[in-house]
Amino acid sequence: MSLPTSETMIEARGVEKWYPNGFHALRGADLTVRRGEVVVIMGPSGSGKSTFIRTFNALEDFQKGTITVDGIALSNDLRNIDAIRREVGMVFQQFNLFPHLSVIDNLTLAPVLVRRRPKAEVAEQARALLERVGIAEQADKFPGQLSGGQQQRVAIARALCMEPRILLFDEPTSALDPEMVREVLEVMQNLAADDITMVVVTHEVKFARHVAHRVVLMADGEVVEQAPPETFFTNPAHQRTRRFLDQIL
Amino acid sequence: MQSLIRRLRSELFATPADAVISIALFTILAAAAAGFLHWALRQAEWAVVQVNSTLFAVGRYPIEQQWRLWLLTTLLAAATGATWGMLRAHPRRDRSGQLWPRNDRLAVAVLIAASLWVPFALGLTPAIQLRWWLLTALLVAARWLAGRFGAGLPPALKRLLPIVWPVLYLVGMVLIGGGIGLARVAPAEWGGLLLTLLASSFAILLCLPIGVLLALGRRSDLPLLRWGSVLYIEFIRGAPLITLLFLGQNILGFLLPGGLAPDRVWRAAWVLTFFAAAYLAEAVRSGLAAVPRGQLEAARSLGLSSAQALRLVVLPQALRVALPAMVGQFISLLQDTTLLSLIGLLDLLGVARSVMANPAFLGKNAEVYLTLAILFWCCCAALGLGSRALERRLDPHAVPSRV
Repeated sequence: MSLPTSETMIEARGVEKWYPNGFHALRGADLTVRRGEVVVIMGPSGSGKSTFIRTFNALEDFQKGTITVDGIALSNDLRNIDAIRREVGMVFQQFNLFPHLSVIDNLTLAPVLVRRRPKAEVAEQARALLERVGIAEQADKFPGQLSGGQQQRVAIARALCMEPRILLFDEPTSALDPEMVREVLEVMQNLAADDITMVVVTHEVKFARHVAHRVVLMADGEVVEQAPPETFFTNPAHQRTRRFLDQIL
Repeated sequence: MQSLIRRLRSELFATPADAVISIALFTILAAAAAGFLHWALRQAEWAVVQVNSTLFAVGRYPIEQQWRLWLLTTLLAAATGATWGMLRAHPRRDRSGQLWPRNDRLAVAVLIAASLWVPFALGLTPAIQLRWWLLTALLVAARWLAGRFGAGLPPALKRLLPIVWPVLYLVGMVLIGGGIGLARVAPAEWGGLLLTLLASSFAILLCLPIGVLLALGRRSDLPLLRWGSVLYIEFIRGAPLITLLFLGQNILGFLLPGGLAPDRVWRAAWVLTFFAAAYLAEAVRSGLAAVPRGQLEAARSLGLSSAQALRLVVLPQALRVALPAMVGQFISLLQDTTLLSLIGLLDLLGVARSVMANPAFLGKNAEVYLTLAILFWCCCAALGLGSRALERRLDPHAVPSRV
């Protein structure tokens, strides 16, 4: 596993968000992620973890605080948002593959359109990525013909095809049948060995223990505790973390 | 055969009461069928259709210019056959497509039978009968050639092919209406099936982009756009088409200075277009609502702009979902063109009314109306078949076809 550098990739300070219905989802959440780091965010449902990482690529807006991603401040400036989205890939709980496009076209769509790279070159890279996530032979099928685990691996390859510097995972294995969880986690573990920065919202304790550099507990819209996995799981500093661990372990 | 008898027995003659009801129903149906056949073959005088076949087809289109319509029909036959064959030669990538699935063989058989029987039954001159045979032969030949060799064409040529249809539409407009060296045939002289198809195809083609824009407007975050779209859609849907058609005939004349106001036929075509667009917008809106929010989020998270995400991710899925409802709209639009006859245009129904008003054909309404019904049924069936084929082709969950 490569060690994180000291360079800051994501810096979130005092982020507050209210949903239109008045729900106070984020209450001053802070997080710093360094380049090459793998950060796992855990927490009870409704604690704001998904909302929090969705603010990192502006899928959710926020009302107070600052977020800087790869040196670019997230603001209402649309150019900044587009620039950040190019560098930040996201993997969703529900995969969100484009069902009307073949697997290979799912991968090549954005690089060709957004990065303006030649289609043949992108297609070659896309096939290599599919090889890497172990489904090269499915390139010409449509997403609806794949299993959930295969779809999620395509989704990871699709995000990688944009060559992002940061990958966000929003509960990537929560919608999968149990026997497919492992194939996706293995792919993610292989990724973590590269120097790509990963922020992963998940309930997979084993993954957090073995892959994460740092585990973060969120509760009630705040970051309660962050520590290396050994400390986090065996000797947490906060009562709230202990309560949470008691429930899931 | 045995299983058929067993099924009939279990479904229709299971109990004495069932048997009585079945026999009674069959008697009524048989009597009706016999009565119809007796009328159609013995009593009906089809001369009214035979004599006026040209009138039904093109209205009062000048005879010396009708070669242009034959030319257009030839081009259409060739393009239809070629497109059909190309689609079969290019099954979607992961599907095992056959070059001649059973339905295609059936369609060609029906087409050939129709081209042999219809011109004969209409009592057309041998020369014109021959033309229809040749047109059918051309269509089938184009279908065969494109199916056989279509896959081998150079990719650059293939990319040009979808443009054939819009170009053909413009060429058709020139051929029908004149211009670029061809003598002008005023819209007032278009009629019959020609006018019906022209008005409905014009409205279908143009109401699609307008309807999509209205549907997007109705879902927009900008209040002005949203309320504008809602107002338009609800206003149009609240008014009967016939009042809008009359309104169009009168108001456009007042609003635009004399020379600028479009001709009566074009006014009607535009009213049809804007009318259909409002209904289409609602069909598209239901399609947009069916696309999960995650699709837009995934597209945006990959860096696509909102316009790109809309065009390449959301709209293709939305339109596929909305396709059956949209084709339903197109079919009723085709039938709504009969209202053109009420504002004095000679569409199919208008021609029919003028024929029935002719003292020579007094009392031949049944023959005329039946012919009209069959013509409309054929057009609508073609639309429906095409739409179902398109649906199957675009279905992302379809298993490889084994026809």
